[in-house]
Order: sequence, then C-alpha cells, then structure tokens
Amino acid sequence: MRDESRVPIHSDIDIVHARQKGREFAARIGFSSGELTLIATAISELARNIVEYAQHGEMIFQAIHLAGQEGICITAKDEGPGILDVGQALQDGYSSRRSYGLGLPGTKRIVDEFEIASEVGTGTTIVVRKWKK
Amino acid sequence: MAKKEIDVVTPVPQVSSEATTALLRELVAHLRQNRTQLREEWARRITEAQLLTAMTKEEIFAEATSVYDNYVEVLESGSIEALQAYARNLSERIIPRGVETQEVVGVVLLLRDVLARSLFKKYQSNFDLLNRVLDAYEPAANRIATTVSVGFVQERERIIRQQQEAIRELSTPVLQVRERLLILPIIGVIDPQRSRQLTEQLLRGIRANRAKVVVIDITGVPTIDSKVANHLVQTVEASRLMGATVIVTGLSSEIAQTLVTIGVDLGKMKTVGDLQGGIEEAERLLGYKVITSGETSQLLSA
Amino acid sequence: MEVPILKQGGYLIASIQSALSDADLLSLRDELAYRVGRFRSRGVIVDVTALDVMDSFATRTMRSIAHMLKLRGAETVIVGIQPEVAFAMVQLGLTLEDVATALDLEEGLAYLNRGMKRENTGAR
Repeated sequence: MRDESRVPIHSDIDIVHARQKGREFAARIGFSSGELTLIATAISELARNIVEYAQHGEMIFQAIHLAGQEGICITAKDEGPGILDVGQALQDGYSSRRSYGLGLPGTKRIVDEFEIASEVGTGTTIVVRKWKK
Repeated sequence: MAKKEIDVVTPVPQVSSEATTALLRELVAHLRQNRTQLREEWARRITEAQLLTAMTKEEIFAEATSVYDNYVEVLESGSIEALQAYARNLSERIIPRGVETQEVVGVVLLLRDVLARSLFKKYQSNFDLLNRVLDAYEPAANRIATTVSVGFVQERERIIRQQQEAIRELSTPVLQVRERLLILPIIGVIDPQRSRQLTEQLLRGIRANRAKVVVIDITGVPTIDSKVANHLVQTVEASRLMGATVIVTGLSSEIAQTLVTIGVDLGKMKTVGDLQGGIEEAERLLGYKVITSGETSQLLSA
Repeated sequence: MEVPILKQGGYLIASIQSALSDADLLSLRDELAYRVGRFRSRGVIVDVTALDVMDSFATRTMRSIAHMLKLRGAETVIVGIQPEVAFAMVQLGLTLEDVATALDLEEGLAYLNRGMKRENTGAR
C-alpha cells in the first residue's frame, strides 16, 4: 500500500474527486464505514475551503502509525490570501462569504487532531488526523 | 501526541559507534555459527523453566528458530520493524492458547541470557574485549526484549478491546416491539464509546426495520456527563434526519439537571416520564388508538 | 452529472444517482424551481440515498431548495439519508432543522399525501 496520495484542487469537481480518493485511501487503512463517512465529510469541507478562498491548492493523504494505532493524516494546503483571524474562523457561526461558518469548526469536531497555520498573503495549511477507533 | 519510543535504560557504552558496529558484526557471526547449538540450548531452558506449557516441544522449537533468526537480524541491521511484525503475528497465534505475558517476557530474557553466557565463554580469556562486546550487545538485546514484550502486550490489549466491544454490543439490544416501532432500553453507565456504539446500532436499526418511532428508555442510567448528553441529542437529531421520531423516557432528575445545564434545546427532544407512557405516545404517533385500562372500564360501565 | 427528475402526479421526484459537485447541486435547485412552476407541483421528493457524504454545502443547498420551493408553492421532503451520513451531519452541526425528512421514497410519498389530506380537509 502506498503511504501517500495527493489530489490537486482547482475547482468544485476536484472536491468530489478528493473525497473519493480520500475515502478509498482511508478504507485501505481499515476505518469503519461510519468513520469513512466522517473522513470523507472532513475532506469535503477542507477541499471546499481551498476552492472558496484560495482557488488552487492540494490535498494530501498519509497513512500514520503511532504506538500500535493506525490513522490518516489529511493536509489541505493552499497559497491563497490566508486567514486574517484564525481563532475567529474556528468559532461556530463565523460567517464568511458563502459558508455557514460550519466548515472549519465542524471539521474540527469530527477529527481527533486539528492544526492550522495561516499567514496573510502566503497561504493556509490545515492538518487533521483521525485515528482508528 | 508524542511518538511513544521504547525506552531502554542502559549505561552508555564507552565505545564509538563504529567500534560498536564492528563488535556487533563479530557477534552476529558468532551467533550464526553457533545457531543450532544455541537454539537448542534456548529451547531446552524454556522447557526446563516450564514456560510455554501450552505449546508442544516441536512448536516451541519452531518458534524459537524464527525468533532466533529475527533476533540475529535485528542485531545485524539495527532495524526492529521485521521483528515487530513477527512479534505481533506470534502474539496473535499464541494469545488464544492462553500464553501469559510473564511467559513471553521470560522466554525473551532466557534467550538474552543464553546468548550472554555463550559470549562469556567465547571471550573469557580477554576480559577487556568481553566488556566491550557486552556493551555493544546489551542495548541491542534489551531493545529486542522490549519490542517482543511490548508487541505481546499491545496485541493482548487489542484483543481485550475487541472483546469489550462485543460485550457492549450485546449489552444494548435494539428491539422491535411492533411494526415501525423500536425500543432501546439502556442500562448502566454510558461512556462516550458506548454511546457512539448505541447510536450506530440505533441508526442502522431504523434503516433495517423501517422504524418511524424510537423510544430510548434511560431509566436504568444513573447519570450522564455533558459529553454523553450532547451525544444523546445528536442521536435524536440524526434519527430525525432519517425520518424517525425519538421519544426519550425515564430521565432521572440528575440527568434532567445535566441536560438543562448544558442548555439542550428541549424543542428538539420529545420526552415522556416513563417507558409505558413513551410507548403509548409512540403508538399514537404511529396512528394506533390507545385505550388505557381506566378508560376501558369507563367504557364498559357506560 | 445531471439529476433525473420524474413527474409523478402532482409531485416531482429527483433521485440523485451519484456524488454531485457543487455546480450540479445548484443546477438541481434551479431545475426544481423551474419545474415546480411549470408542472404546478405541490410536493417534491429529493432522494439522496446514493450520497455517501452530505457536507455543509450539500445541506445548505437542500435547505435552500426546500425554502425556494415553498415560496413556489410546493412542499419538499428529503429522503434516504444513510445512517452514517445522518450521524456525520449532526456531528458537523448540520441538522436540516426546518426541512422535512423521511426514510425512503415510499415514506416520502406517504408524508406528502398526508400533507395534502390535511390541507384539503382544512379547506373544507
């Protein structure tokens, strides 16, 4: 099994593509069907974030191991305008342009670990991890 | 989460790594040369110590051979991955046969001892060299012992988790009491893991039984924390998304308190005092006419 | 991927066959709004059984479909949300609060029929 898979994101069709690729990748790690749905949903939100705010970016899926546990690491990387106030973007109900504001805070709730690094003018990288239960 | 490293406390050897590598190479050559004899000695000591009694002599010897070869390979390559995989595989095979943790630890320590003794014998005339050989051997040997033992314990934990899950699944049946009506009587403490499982079972049950109404009875649940309370609310909402109405019955005053404290939107949750009332409400929703025994007698006397 | 829309009496049934892009979802919304007017439909069923993910965009679009069609005179029922999908949605905070849902097509039709009966008896 390959340990990494990448999907470039340029338009809304790529969101569907990333979701499918990510789900297949996570299925090979052995996640349950309930977990796969959560993972696919998280990927969908992260990829949409790229399309809406940066237009171009990339999703990276990696298999991870830690102390006998297996999981998936999902990275969403873009070189867009960046997020001015990361704290605010993670708050429930933060309404930004077309989104309900549920995208990022919701994603944070359905994964085990969530990291975000953003710099205005440089871009945003979000890394989430989910472990097999 | 920090990477959990296998920690082995050993005195730092006073030799350069190149010298260590050279010594380990020599050691590996020695172990390869004496493979047959050392392996037999080890298997003999295992039987003598009455370890692995659940296995036959032939099985012990076969496993001993595999472990021995893996062992030598780790000393040679410094990479424990193959050994880790083997240890997991071995544990998977021997755990169902009742092999205990102390047996596994004992067996690996015996091998360490057998090999150390053979090194003593080989280098006894040169005490200085012996010291350096042991300095090179010890950390590697300890690392191997830990890898095998930890692998075994992890595998055991995995099996225990699996069994717990099976027990949990048995502990809360989703019952169909009549067409389109499910009852989920929950008894005992609900932790986040159990509540997740309950939800999964319930949502699948709704689909499988084409349920329209679900009664979740939590009379048998003493208290819940806010996390589980939130989860309960999510379950109610998820059921609605699938077209089913959930009625929660038997909320204790403590649980009611928790729900009020976390600010649950009570408009989203139908609650009825007890299970019987819940079933009556469910039947009403399903379009059955409910006649309580009191009414029946009134009807009769009228 | 175009979503087939069937006309069944006074109702429209849109059954989504596979994963949809955002653009597909929006054109489904527009198409339904157009057809409800053209066929003077009173009820619409959107069957999402084939969807393995309902993210915030899909949920928001379902809601706006229901709201738009309401303004155009039709009631909307979303049917076939899968167990895993339903649970993922609520964890994400997406509950489709003011939109009717039903288990499957059959239940969706039953729901709409009950609604029509209520309206008719109410009018008399």
